[in-house]
Amino acid sequence: MTPLLSLRHISKSFPGVKALQDVSLDLHAGEVHALLGENGAGKSTLMKILCGIYRQDEGDIIIDGKRCEFHGYQDALDSGIGIIFQEFSLIPDLDAVDNIFLGREKRNRLGLRDRRGMVAEAQRLFERLKVSIPLDCPIVELSVADQQFIEIAKALSLDARILVLDEPTATLTPSEADHLFSIMRELRKQEVGMVFISHHMEEIFTICDHVTVMRDGEKVYDGDTASTTPDDLIEKMVGRRVDNLFPEYRCDADHADVVLDIESLRLDPGGPEYSLKLHRGEILGFAGLVGSGRTELAMGLIGATRPAHAKVTMEGKPIKLRHPATALEQGIGLLPESRKTQGLVLPFSCRDNISLNNLAQFQGALPFIKRRQESSTAADLMNSVRVKAPSPETPVDNLSGGNQQKVVIARWLGHQCKVLIFDEPTRGIDVGAKSEIYALMKELTAQGVSIIMISSELPEVLGLCDRVAVFYQGRIAAELEGEHLSSQSIMHHATGGLSA
Amino acid sequence: MNQLASTPGSARQSLKMRLARWRRTPVFYPLIGFIVVFLAMGLINDNFLSGSNLANLVRQSSIIAIIAVGMSLAILTGGIDLSVGPVMALSGTLMAGMMVAGLPPSLAIVLGLLVGAAFGAFNGVFVAFAGMPPIIVTLATMGIARGLGLIYTGGYPISGLPEGFAFFGRGSVAGIETPILIMIAVYAVGYVLLSHTSTGRYLYAIGGNEEATRLSGIRVSRYKLLVYTLSGTTAAIAGLILTSRLMSGQPNAGVGFELDAIAAVVLGGAAITGGRGMILGTLVGAMLLGVLNNGLNLMGVSPYLQTVIKGLIILLAIYISRKRTL
Repeated sequence: MTPLLSLRHISKSFPGVKALQDVSLDLHAGEVHALLGENGAGKSTLMKILCGIYRQDEGDIIIDGKRCEFHGYQDALDSGIGIIFQEFSLIPDLDAVDNIFLGREKRNRLGLRDRRGMVAEAQRLFERLKVSIPLDCPIVELSVADQQFIEIAKALSLDARILVLDEPTATLTPSEADHLFSIMRELRKQEVGMVFISHHMEEIFTICDHVTVMRDGEKVYDGDTASTTPDDLIEKMVGRRVDNLFPEYRCDADHADVVLDIESLRLDPGGPEYSLKLHRGEILGFAGLVGSGRTELAMGLIGATRPAHAKVTMEGKPIKLRHPATALEQGIGLLPESRKTQGLVLPFSCRDNISLNNLAQFQGALPFIKRRQESSTAADLMNSVRVKAPSPETPVDNLSGGNQQKVVIARWLGHQCKVLIFDEPTRGIDVGAKSEIYALMKELTAQGVSIIMISSELPEVLGLCDRVAVFYQGRIAAELEGEHLSSQSIMHHATGGLSA
Repeated sequence: MNQLASTPGSARQSLKMRLARWRRTPVFYPLIGFIVVFLAMGLINDNFLSGSNLANLVRQSSIIAIIAVGMSLAILTGGIDLSVGPVMALSGTLMAGMMVAGLPPSLAIVLGLLVGAAFGAFNGVFVAFAGMPPIIVTLATMGIARGLGLIYTGGYPISGLPEGFAFFGRGSVAGIETPILIMIAVYAVGYVLLSHTSTGRYLYAIGGNEEATRLSGIRVSRYKLLVYTLSGTTAAIAGLILTSRLMSGQPNAGVGFELDAIAAVVLGGAAITGGRGMILGTLVGAMLLGVLNNGLNLMGVSPYLQTVIKGLIILLAIYISRKRTL
């Protein structure tokens, strides 16, 4: 059987870097093909070549046995390739129908927009995907999952037979991801070939038929999913065995003293009341679905949104939650959910990002920054969190997601923080960097820092947290620890089940 | 891996590296542009390169250049200050009025500068604490400042200022004209603020990513308030020079100055969206505008055509700088 798509011996160099070296990949109709690899392994470059954004130096792209020359994205679209990028290309204020037909609106005989025809066509597409999405509300009001389904519908409306999904589940809740998988199974029946990029092993074994693993620009493995195991794949990706992704160290919360005591806190005057204790050196997980109020509480705790009412003590002393600057003075720091929009100043170098809230340290009696001291401290902090960058002056935008996250972490290590809140610290980060960040978090707790970790990844919550607060619809539905802590119990409370 | 690659290379190599680093700074292309236009004007006009003409040129540019320092701060944080022209006129007429009413010049100057700062702070409160868009706030206060100046003067210039006051616009120290000295001082303060203090770093950070800056524990609102206060202050300093130069308080002065100041900042390589720019670039941008004004005048180009040429050159410069940064 000729493959639907065949990439043959693709090589690509950028100035100074060999990005791809003789990579081949076959995708058959009705197949879900996983593309695995750490950040920087060459997955994105390969996909950009497939969709005509880059041109390969050597090798061929063959679709249905015919050699294709792509001179741009449009050529790839015309050849039946659809790509769902991590960042959506939808217009937020337009509705689903207008987004799907953007730039190629149907027209009626008078030359005006044929809204009815487009609605009918959109409905057909959604039926094909077996999803129901409101057709006439601006898509900003829809969930991330719905937006993604609209992207898929849009690709199908362009007759895509090859669909590339670049980390589609990174921003989805588990149930939304399941929905996506059912759509993918539907498309599989309709003979669409899909390339699926993900860092989640369990997803790959749930949905994918075949898997290709890349490392350092080369293909290192290619085989059926059924004939391999998650541990094997991780080993091939990383080039070494990652035996214990989660470091062994547990805090003895029963005997540790309470650092942060939230006696009562309301974000809104009529809203739910929170009450929580955080012990020294523990990792407290905030589990729950996206939108269950975890981030909102974190923002309240650092005073980024001022709570309506708060009675909170830090080491026995009452503290005020007025502004992130006040929180910093009290020793509370936050690594925000979105690295690029909330964490980093992207035009800045690593050094400037790290010293951003540390500048006071580098000033003497006069208000001038001591540059040399700043640079050496930043370099030390970068070393301590193992940021891989050519120099502290490197623009932070040039780093991979994992290294960027480490830069944000480094910023807080310059302070004697007592409480650090990590909001989705490993989203979109490869396995190697993940395990390093986990180790770093444990190191911090060993030094007596207490951590609140917001995470939608159950393995991470179970592997790392000493205690877990499960959120459901803006309230803490349960606090679990010890033998009561399991993925079942978390999901039970996170989805609104009555207390078990 | 964190060490700078400091391989012992030849002197030429290190020169090459330094040149490459220099090219990445926002002032590189503005400076090249300035030199090209400057030399072209020198070739076309015999009188252009004469010492007296150049001194004239710098002095004429000093007022816009000083306003552009405050404007740089506003633009760097992702904002803008449209009220600078009227604030300049308001401060200048108040200084003149107070002196005519018998206040000692030094007190009148200090009060006039304080009014400029206060008006800037008024802008800043709306931008920083009410979260309103700077372009709207300063568009509104632009009218307010102009109106206040006209009410105060009844629409007429205020003249009859004490002789000694002419020092700021017409005097000189050690052979250098006072407006130029004041301009140099303002730029020196601006440079130190932006490049050597934490405040300056925060202004860049706010322009680069305001939310990230706030969440990392920086009191963003206070720094925005400071930016608009300083912008009002530099406008008032420009008002001092203009009033002294003309020896009268002109309520209608400074129409369109905000546009020239914005042009100077952007010609100097700053991003209009904030986060990128250098104070030295703004000086280059202001001087580039000055060279164009002066050179086109010497060539006898009609003032109507001059505005067209200036506009086209600004478009071209920004087109080139955008292509370079993308």
